[in-house]
Amino acid sequence: MRPIHLFSYSLAKEVFSVVTIKTQRISSTHLEKNFEETDPGFTNQEALEESNRCLYCYDAPCIKACPTGIDIPAFIKKISSGNLLGSAKTIMSSNPVGASCARVCPTEELCEGSCVLNHSTSPIPIGKLQRFATDWAINNEQILFKPGSPNGKTAAVIGSGPAGLSAARELARFGFQVTIYEAAEKAGGLNTYGIVSFRLPQPISFWEVEQVQKLNVQILTNTKVGKDVSAEDLLNSYDYIVLAAGMAHVPDLHIEGEELEGVFDAIEFVKSTKSGDLTRDFTGKRVAVIGAGNTAIDGATCSVRLGAENVKILYRRSVDEMTAYDFEYEFAKQDGVEFRWLTAPKRIIGDEKGRVTGIECLKMALGEPGRDGRRSPAAVTGSEFILPVDAVVKAIGQTRHLSLIQALGLQHENGVVKADKETYQTSHPNIFACGDIVFGKGKGDAMVVTAAQQGKLAAYAIHKQASAAGTA
Amino acid sequence: MADLSINLAGIKSPNPFWLASAPPTNSGYQVQRAFDAGWGGAVWKTLGDPILNVSSRFAAVSFNGQRVAGFNNIELITDRPLEVNLKEIYETKKRFPNHAIIASLMVEPKQEKWHEIVKRVEDVGVDGLELNFGCPHGMAERGMGSASGQVPSLVEKQTYWVKEAARTPVIVKLTPNITDITVTAEAAVNGGADAISMINTINSLMGVDLDTWNTIPHVAGKGAHGGYCGPAVKPIALNMVAECARNPRISVPISGIGGISNWQDAVEFILMGATGVQICTAAMHHGFRIIEDMIEGLDHYLEQKGVSSLTEIIGKSVPRYSDWGNLDLNYNIAAQINTDVCINCNKCHIACEDTSHQCIDMLTGEDGRSYLKVREEDCVGCNLCAIVCPVDGAITMVETAASQPPMTWNDRQAALNTAK
Ligand SMILES: Cc1cc2nc3c(=O)[nH]c(=O)nc-3n(C[C@H](O)[C@H](O)[C@H](O)COP(=O)(O)OP(=O)(O)OC[C@H]3O[C@@H](n4cnc5c(N)ncnc54)[C@H](O)[C@@H]3O)c2cc1C
Ligand SMILES: Cc1cc2nc3c(=O)[nH]c(=O)nc-3n(C[C@H](O)[C@H](O)[C@H](O)COP(=O)(O)O)c2cc1C
Ligand code: SF4
Repeated sequence: MRPIHLFSYSLAKEVFSVVTIKTQRISSTHLEKNFEETDPGFTNQEALEESNRCLYCYDAPCIKACPTGIDIPAFIKKISSGNLLGSAKTIMSSNPVGASCARVCPTEELCEGSCVLNHSTSPIPIGKLQRFATDWAINNEQILFKPGSPNGKTAAVIGSGPAGLSAARELARFGFQVTIYEAAEKAGGLNTYGIVSFRLPQPISFWEVEQVQKLNVQILTNTKVGKDVSAEDLLNSYDYIVLAAGMAHVPDLHIEGEELEGVFDAIEFVKSTKSGDLTRDFTGKRVAVIGAGNTAIDGATCSVRLGAENVKILYRRSVDEMTAYDFEYEFAKQDGVEFRWLTAPKRIIGDEKGRVTGIECLKMALGEPGRDGRRSPAAVTGSEFILPVDAVVKAIGQTRHLSLIQALGLQHENGVVKADKETYQTSHPNIFACGDIVFGKGKGDAMVVTAAQQGKLAAYAIHKQASAAGTA
Repeated sequence: MADLSINLAGIKSPNPFWLASAPPTNSGYQVQRAFDAGWGGAVWKTLGDPILNVSSRFAAVSFNGQRVAGFNNIELITDRPLEVNLKEIYETKKRFPNHAIIASLMVEPKQEKWHEIVKRVEDVGVDGLELNFGCPHGMAERGMGSASGQVPSLVEKQTYWVKEAARTPVIVKLTPNITDITVTAEAAVNGGADAISMINTINSLMGVDLDTWNTIPHVAGKGAHGGYCGPAVKPIALNMVAECARNPRISVPISGIGGISNWQDAVEFILMGATGVQICTAAMHHGFRIIEDMIEGLDHYLEQKGVSSLTEIIGKSVPRYSDWGNLDLNYNIAAQINTDVCINCNKCHIACEDTSHQCIDMLTGEDGRSYLKVREEDCVGCNLCAIVCPVDGAITMVETAASQPPMTWNDRQAALNTAK
């Protein structure tokens, strides 16, 4: 029993405390406010109360439910004892992007969903406690890990998203000399550019990047493999390559009007809101978002937060087939996003200046469940109708980095790199691939946390292979 | 990493965390699991002549939904044959030469009994001995445990007998079931103890079942007092450690025990004069794995304080512990309420109004909103409002300017006496 806070020493007190002021959810004048992190995070008191509620189970199911296997009871226990540095280390040692995951993981489906308290009271808010501990480390500018003693081996990592960072971090801890090649201006992958600021602000992603850099990992940004440096060069210069380039842009809808001004790629669109320079072009506009996955939700909520007057998500199937998570659906509804189910775009209509003015849609009907268990939609003849809109955001998935994969000479299936399920070794013995680039259809949702875990596993396999080669 | 190793009266261990003599240290299997997990030492479950145990042995209090705020037992000393324990101690010591294994002992208050058992346990290589003069139930009815631990002359005499035979350091474990623990502590020192440990458990009855009218726990419808330990006893144990630490006649190292649940509790005991700590209930509640946070948390704390070795902080708070008569009568604090943070539960008001000094006013602002305000001039600085306040930072106790220079009761009496 800890005596009242007044007399007790607690590291937890050094955490900034947030005073939540209830504001209107969306501001029409201060757009920047709309892109600030919506969730204020736990206060010290909330963290203390919730951490003390954790049962500290033995062989806890939450550990198994976390793809990166974070020792969750241990990190929570450390919050309650005021050992926040230890707590952050426990999290980040298992998950190199544990601060981002605290914010973006679908925790209801993972750790929190498996909490034994679901069967008695209510589950421990693991994600928010994870955020509390990692926020402490961020705010106290902690460097959590040290590089291993050099083993004389080199590795190139293509892509600095969750998978690449994770692989690089573990390789550096094993003593590899690691260089990351990153096409974008800043490192972090979709954590930096793809996941909306109001859920994952860029500084969080940058802190994770910095943690990896502090292990003497060199990150070459603005350096695209296949353009600024050839795949062949990498193959010749490094002992190992980790391919973690993720997925590419949103594919075309292949309908009329796609080239009009006012048609956006959802990922590019979200990216444009991440740097803080917000466009005023959406104020008062009507927006249609095509698709109903995570990206569509992000495209829709970003539109609302840019001041759009009306935002509709058009999806050709029904609410049951939607791939966005429940919490995302709820979030979008609270933001005032409308959902139009069983609605497919037929053509985008523009004015004489080439600007979007509307979208013609078709009503759909669902048939029998297909091979993936989802019921496939079919157009209802003669059901065409027109929605007047000023912008169309395409969010129907992502294309693949085919040319890069081919340049490396790797086997793949429709752009999904073939890799061993345990070692992530590709058809080339010294190239390992992880993250979205090996993510195939019908395998659930692509998640930051699985990308991170695969990066770790690829690093372990490389380390094992290198050690075996060293002793041979 | 800071140096966490300790040397308690010649007993060395890699860190200050020992398992107290109790069920966690019943067997070689358990102690070896504990050492594998990271514990620095273990005081083996008390050895002595074979006993019989009863079934239904433990009970605990939950406090507002938190389990095991306090823990109680009516278990006796080891119920395993001495030879078995000795064999396992030998094996464990061989596997863990750098960890501390201390044999806890309890025999009848007879010289030859003590000589015999001391010889037998030292022959298997223990690092030290702990004399159990503390268990308050069962064995006490047979003149052992706290029954001898409550009589200073018996403490002194038995310690002396042990010292006659012992080659390893002798720790005397004291019972808290006594008015002034420094008296028995001094008796142990006079008997030649190399160190003292405290506290053993406190006499307790955990509860009465409202339906059956049975005691909790009960054995076939009958109960007997047990020994209380766990988080609830920590303040009692901490005071006893502090009283011994600041007593110049008790010049031996102290092993602190009682309610230690995490590294923060351990630091408090160490600051108050303990060289190391022993833990039982927290391990029984959560398993040996709690040691990871204990070691790491302690290490981070020392690093953050810029201290390279744990031994540097032993007793650092002892000079700050004194008698009431040495407290400054002219030091003043008063409560201040931060209305921005206050959630208006009014608990401070009613606590002060009904049970303290009636100085928190419930007021209504010009905007019609209610708020609470302390009349500082009437506040005696008792802390009650801050204690009952459920919100961090809503009530702060702030030092107010002293109108007089510092003066203690003892200063005052001395001044009055010289004035006469
Ligand atoms: C809009 C959106 C929202 C999402 N929301 C969530 C969410 O809430 N929760 C969740 O768990 N997951 C979410 N995801 C999925 C998650 O972001 C991905 O699964 C994860 O980022 C995959 O990590 P990665 O490292 O494989 O790839 P990425 O994060 O895509 O990183 C790949 C990196 O490689 C770089 N790259 C590509 N080609 C080259 C090249 N030729 N040379 C050098 N560098 C190159 C890219 O610039 C990029 O930085 C979301 C995805 C999107 C698109
Ligand atoms: C079930 C149980 C059995 C115990 N048996 C012994 C014992 O055999 N010898 C002894 O010296 N102390 C014994 N104790 C007391 C502990 O060693 C320790 O002094 C006490 O529990 C306080 O520490 P804690 O609050 O960490 O539990 C026992 C305690 C418990 C709970
Ligand atoms: S803990 Fe439970 S199962 Fe184990 S001995 Fe005690 S009562 Fe039996």
